[in-house]
Amino acid sequence: MIRLPRFKFRLYVAGTTQNSTRASANLSAFCTAHLPERHEIEVVDVLRNPKLAMADRVFMTPTLIKLAPAPDRRMVGTLSQPQLLLETLGLEN
Amino acid sequence: MKSIQRRVTNPSKAPTGIEGFDEITNGGLPYGRTTLLVGQPGSGKTIFGMRFLVHGARACREPGIFVAFEETAQRIVANAEGFGWNLPELVQRKKLFIVDAQPQPDVVQTGDFDLSGLLTALEAQARHMGARRIVFDAIDIMLALLPDPAAKRREMYRLHAWLLEHELTGIITAKAGGDEASSLTEHPFSFVQFMVDCSVALNHSVSLGVSQRNLRVQKFRGSAFDENEAPFVIGKNGFDVAIARALGREDSAVSDERVSSGVARLDTMLGGGYYRGASVLITGFPGTAKTTLSGAFAESACRRGERTMFFSFDSDGTEVIRNLKSVGIRLERFVKSGLLRMVSARSMGGSAESVLVRIKTLAREHQARCLVIDPVSTLAKTGNELTAHGVAERLVDWSKSNGTTLVCTSLLDEMHGQLDGATPLQISTMADTWIHLNYLVQSGERNRGLSIIKSRGTPHSNQVRELILSDAGVTLADIYTAGGEVLMGTLRWEKESAERVATEVAEVAGKLKRVTLKAEEAVLKVRAKSMETELLAKQVEKTLLDRTTQSRKGEQSRGRIRMRQLRGADRGSARTKPEVL
Repeated sequence: MIRLPRFKFRLYVAGTTQNSTRASANLSAFCTAHLPERHEIEVVDVLRNPKLAMADRVFMTPTLIKLAPAPDRRMVGTLSQPQLLLETLGLEN
Repeated sequence: MKSIQRRVTNPSKAPTGIEGFDEITNGGLPYGRTTLLVGQPGSGKTIFGMRFLVHGARACREPGIFVAFEETAQRIVANAEGFGWNLPELVQRKKLFIVDAQPQPDVVQTGDFDLSGLLTALEAQARHMGARRIVFDAIDIMLALLPDPAAKRREMYRLHAWLLEHELTGIITAKAGGDEASSLTEHPFSFVQFMVDCSVALNHSVSLGVSQRNLRVQKFRGSAFDENEAPFVIGKNGFDVAIARALGREDSAVSDERVSSGVARLDTMLGGGYYRGASVLITGFPGTAKTTLSGAFAESACRRGERTMFFSFDSDGTEVIRNLKSVGIRLERFVKSGLLRMVSARSMGGSAESVLVRIKTLAREHQARCLVIDPVSTLAKTGNELTAHGVAERLVDWSKSNGTTLVCTSLLDEMHGQLDGATPLQISTMADTWIHLNYLVQSGERNRGLSIIKSRGTPHSNQVRELILSDAGVTLADIYTAGGEVLMGTLRWEKESAERVATEVAEVAGKLKRVTLKAEEAVLKVRAKSMETELLAKQVEKTLLDRTTQSRKGEQSRGRIRMRQLRGADRGSARTKPEVL
């Protein structure tokens, strides 16, 4: 059995706005469904940590950055389309 | 220059430092409010925005943030280098911050999102550096990512509210495609127009192959502004807006001082020369010595030690210098000493407006007190006539406000120029002094005639004079009128020489007469002298005679008395009749 790669995500949100909470929820649901036991999610609040957001050039919230496995991928929005997420993350089959 | 560079200080305005624009808006953009800047691609939105920030950082102690949605920070810095703004230095001093906010091309969008991230990051940055100004360049790029009009609208309101909350003076630039008016109303986010406090449209059009840039303030809440379209140019210093006359600008000071035209007799005809700060127009057909006359003016200005600038649209500056040398006007020493700057403007392309801006910029750089534009009618060729007229007007206006003495020549069209009539730019109505040069063809000769058509505020000769160019210089000769006809050239020369001969003959005759008279006078004098001597001799002779007679008489009477005494008779009778001999 091949060892599947572990996924590292960083999710930028802006406080507890509707979009932010929705994105958090969507991401958690997605990970439990498709990446059980092999995901890590770091949630960054831009209101608390604007410097990191600037460094990462995150200007739209919510933004999801896939840090591992390489390469980095970015997604903006509430992550409301699981199919698109699968495609972007290369998890289709 | 002073009246334009004088800063309009207005607490409710944030000056942009863009010459002309601050005058149009009476001080600048609304302070602490948002301005929308719309324009086609390449209309100068980014430059306008960056100029605003640079001026704020350098002149108003207002640091600024530039949010670039379209270009990378490096490219913006590199582009600004062309205008000499030195952005890296401002960035280092924390007076300017450039945010690279381009959407990454590989970004995947799933579902709704908002700008909170950007605004929070900007808020932290603004607080950190004390920013007062902010520019969102190409907001349309960002808005295009938003899925639906409602979201676009929501985010624009979010942005606007954020700007107002932080009292930042903001510029939001957005593209407008094609026709300005329709694109703004039909644009998916035209509501921005209603939201902002000030709106400026930049327009870039091409008319007859000539590029023309215009700027128009569409709205400005709570402020008076010039509503007309104002041409502008993106030049060496960035952004330059041309205005005819700003709101409430006072008249420029006038001078009674006279400056020489470079031709002594022309000065006499004008009652002492041109007025300082006047606009002088020299019209004429090709080859009527317009350039020579303006060259003479330039030379005399340099002799007085005044900084002078000579724009030559017809030929190269060096050619002009060489050609003028042949008529005794030597300019190269002044060019060498830096007093005179020749600008070969033949290569100066572009619209009339951009030519004017170039003229203004160069003249300002050179600090020219006297300016020659040869010929100004070129303006009408490079742009279309409609704008060229306005340009000529602004040229005259500008030189007056600076006190620059302006001499421009204008080529008259052979076709309609015969009427001594209007010049192509109608500059003749604006000029203070209008000198017209004409050809007079007569008995196989073409001679140059000069006349003063008008000269405001000064008595001037009504005579047509002949303009004579020789290697000794430029001079004016009286012309002869014979039998109701004006004589020039050889005819004048013949007449002159005939008169010369006549005077010579008369002079010789006079001399001869004088000599004869002198001789006669001498003869008479001699005669008078000899007669005087003769008279004296006669008088002496007469006295002598008298004396002899008397003594003889005495002798005789004494003799008779003695005789009587001796005779001793005739006593009485001898006394009464002594004379009887």
